Amino acid sequence: MALIELSGIERVFQLGDTEVHALSGLDLTIEAGEYVAVMGPSGSGKSTLLNLLGLLDRPNTGTYRLEGRDVTTLSPDEQARVRSERIGFVFQSFHLVPRLTAAENIALPMTLAGIAAAERNKRVTQALQDFGLEHRADHRPDQLSGGQRQRVAIARATIMQPALILADEPTGNLDRQTGEEVMHLLEALNGKGVTLVVVTHDQVLGARSRRQLAMEDGRLKVDSARPPG
Amino acid sequence: MRFADTLRFARDAATGYPMRTTLSVLAMSIGVAAVVVLTALGDGARRYVVGQFSSIGTNLVIVLPGRSGTGGFNPANAITTTPRDLSVDDAASLQRVPAVKRVAPLAVGTSEISFGGRLREVMVAGSTSDFIPIRNFELAQGQGLPEEDWNRGSSVAVIGSKIREEMFGSEPAVGQLIRVGDRRLRVVGVLKSVGQGLGMNTDELVIVPVSLAQAMFNSNTLFRILVEAKSREAIPDAKEQVMNLIKQRHRGEEDVTVITQDAVLATFDKLLGALTLGVAGIAAISLAVAGILVMNVMLVAVTQRTGEIGLLKALGATARTIRLAFLAEAAMLSAVGALVGYLLGQLGAFALRQAFPVFPAYPPDWAVIAGLGTALGTGLLFGVMPARRAARLDPVQALMKH
Repeated sequence: MALIELSGIERVFQLGDTEVHALSGLDLTIEAGEYVAVMGPSGSGKSTLLNLLGLLDRPNTGTYRLEGRDVTTLSPDEQARVRSERIGFVFQSFHLVPRLTAAENIALPMTLAGIAAAERNKRVTQALQDFGLEHRADHRPDQLSGGQRQRVAIARATIMQPALILADEPTGNLDRQTGEEVMHLLEALNGKGVTLVVVTHDQVLGARSRRQLAMEDGRLKVDSARPPG
Repeated sequence: MRFADTLRFARDAATGYPMRTTLSVLAMSIGVAAVVVLTALGDGARRYVVGQFSSIGTNLVIVLPGRSGTGGFNPANAITTTPRDLSVDDAASLQRVPAVKRVAPLAVGTSEISFGGRLREVMVAGSTSDFIPIRNFELAQGQGLPEEDWNRGSSVAVIGSKIREEMFGSEPAVGQLIRVGDRRLRVVGVLKSVGQGLGMNTDELVIVPVSLAQAMFNSNTLFRILVEAKSREAIPDAKEQVMNLIKQRHRGEEDVTVITQDAVLATFDKLLGALTLGVAGIAAISLAVAGILVMNVMLVAVTQRTGEIGLLKALGATARTIRLAFLAEAAMLSAVGALVGYLLGQLGAFALRQAFPVFPAYPPDWAVIAGLGTALGTGLLFGVMPARRAARLDPVQALMKH
C-alpha cells in the first residue's frame, strides 16, 4: 500500500474573475520511506501540492488517500488529528512561536494533542539530545541561530513520530553550510524510514533526493520515477 | 489540549504582549474599581443618613398630641373636638407597655438663663432621667437628671455645651447655681457638643426635670412623649400598644399621633439604596466598555498572531483547541483586570474613609459580586467572537502571514 495516492486532483483558485488552476490533472503515488523533491518555478503549484499533502488545503476534485484512507472527505477536526499524528511540517521561515522556549516549541504538538507533561518532558529531552540542542532548551527563538531554529523546527516536526515530513524550502533562509546540516538531518530521518517530501527550487538540493518531481503550471512535468516514454 | 496546558498557553500569550495586556487589564480594572468606589460612595451615603437618623435615638416612637390622620365618624368626636393634652401621667403609664423599654416625657419652652451677670434666652426642655439615653446624648461633665419621682422635680439642670461656654467661659460649670426664669437651679451636668438634631439645637439647650418645667411655664401639658421600643422588631408593637393605651386613657378618643423614626428611616434607606443601584448601573457601563476593549484587544491579538494560529493548525490543533486558547486568554485578561480593579476599588474606598472618617464608604457585597461577575461575563462574552474568528482562519492563508 502506498503512503500517498493522489488521483485526478484539481485545485482552482478564484482570482477576481479569472480562474487559476493551481493544480490540474494530478496523479501521484509516493511509497512509504521515499525521499521526494518537488521542484519548479514559483507559481508552478508546488506549494499548493504541499498544502494539499499536509491537509491544510482541500482539492476541488480528485481523491487523496493517505495510508490507504481517503482523507479528502474527513471533517476538519479529523484532518487536524491526522496532521497531529501522521504529518510533520518544516517551514522556510521556521515558524517557531517567539514567546516559547526551544523546549516548549518542540513540545507544542504534544501539548496540542493533550499528551501528559511527564511524557512530553521525556520525549523533548531525547529530541534536544538527538538534535544537539541540550544547551539551548531554555532559549527563545530570537536567542537562537538560523540553523538552531530550523533544528528546533525539525525536532518539533518529528516529535509526534509522523509517517510523513513535508518540508517547504527548509534551507531557504539558511546559509549554505547550515542548509547542508539541516538537509543531513532530514535525510537521516528519511534513513530511519520517514517519508520525506521537500519543496525547493534549488536544483542542487533537489538532485540529492532519490526521486524528483518537476512542476509547471499546475501539472507534473517530470517524474524521475517514471521517465518519459 | 489539556486544561492546564490551555491556561498556561493563554498566560504565556498574554504576557508575551505586555503593552496590550496591560491596557486591557487596566480598562477592566478601572471599570471594576469604578463599580466598587461608586457603590461604596452610594452605600456610604445611605449608611451615613441612616446613622444620622439613628443618632436621634434608636428604636424611637414619638407621641404627639393631636391627630393628624382623618378618622371615620366617632361618637367621641361629636362631643369634644379639642384634643386632650398629653400629661405626665400619660407618659408614666406608658412605662407599663410590654414592648416599651424606656419613656421620657418632654415639655418645651423658652426662658432666660442668667449667671454672674450674663443673661441669655434659652430653650428649656423638661424631661426625666431617661431623656438623655433615649436621645443618645452624651454627657461631657457631671451627670444627668436624677432618678426621682416625675412629679417632684429637684432644682437641677443639665446644660448644653454652648450655654456652658457662653455663661461660664473657662470656669467649671458643674455645681454652680444658675437662674432660669424665676428659679435657681444647680448645674449637675454638661452635654457633649453634637450640634443640630431634629430641629433642636442641643448645644443651646437646658434640660430640667419635667415637673419643674411645667411649673415654670405654668402648664400641665407635654410637647412630646419619647418612647423607646425594646428592639427594632418591637417598634410596630410598641406603636400599636402605645396608641391603644393612650386611647384608653383618653376615653376612647384617638387624639394623639404616634410616629416612628423607623418609617422615615425606611424611606431614606430605600431612596439611597436606589441611588446606589443607579450609580452601580452607570459604573457597569464602564465595565461593558472594558469588555468591548478586551474584544478589541483580542481581535488585534488574532490578527497579530495569524501566523501562529496557522502554525497551530498545521501542528494538529483543532478549531476547538484554538477557540479555547483565545477564550482562556480573554478570560484571563478580564479576571486579572477584575481582581486588580477590586483591589484598586477597595483602596479607593479606604482612601475615602481616611479622608472622610464620618462617611462609612464600604462597598456593599452585592455590588462587589456583581462587578466582578459582570467583568468576567463581559470578558468572556466579548472574547467569544475573536476566538471564533481565530478558529475559523484558513491555515494556508494564516501560515503565509508570518
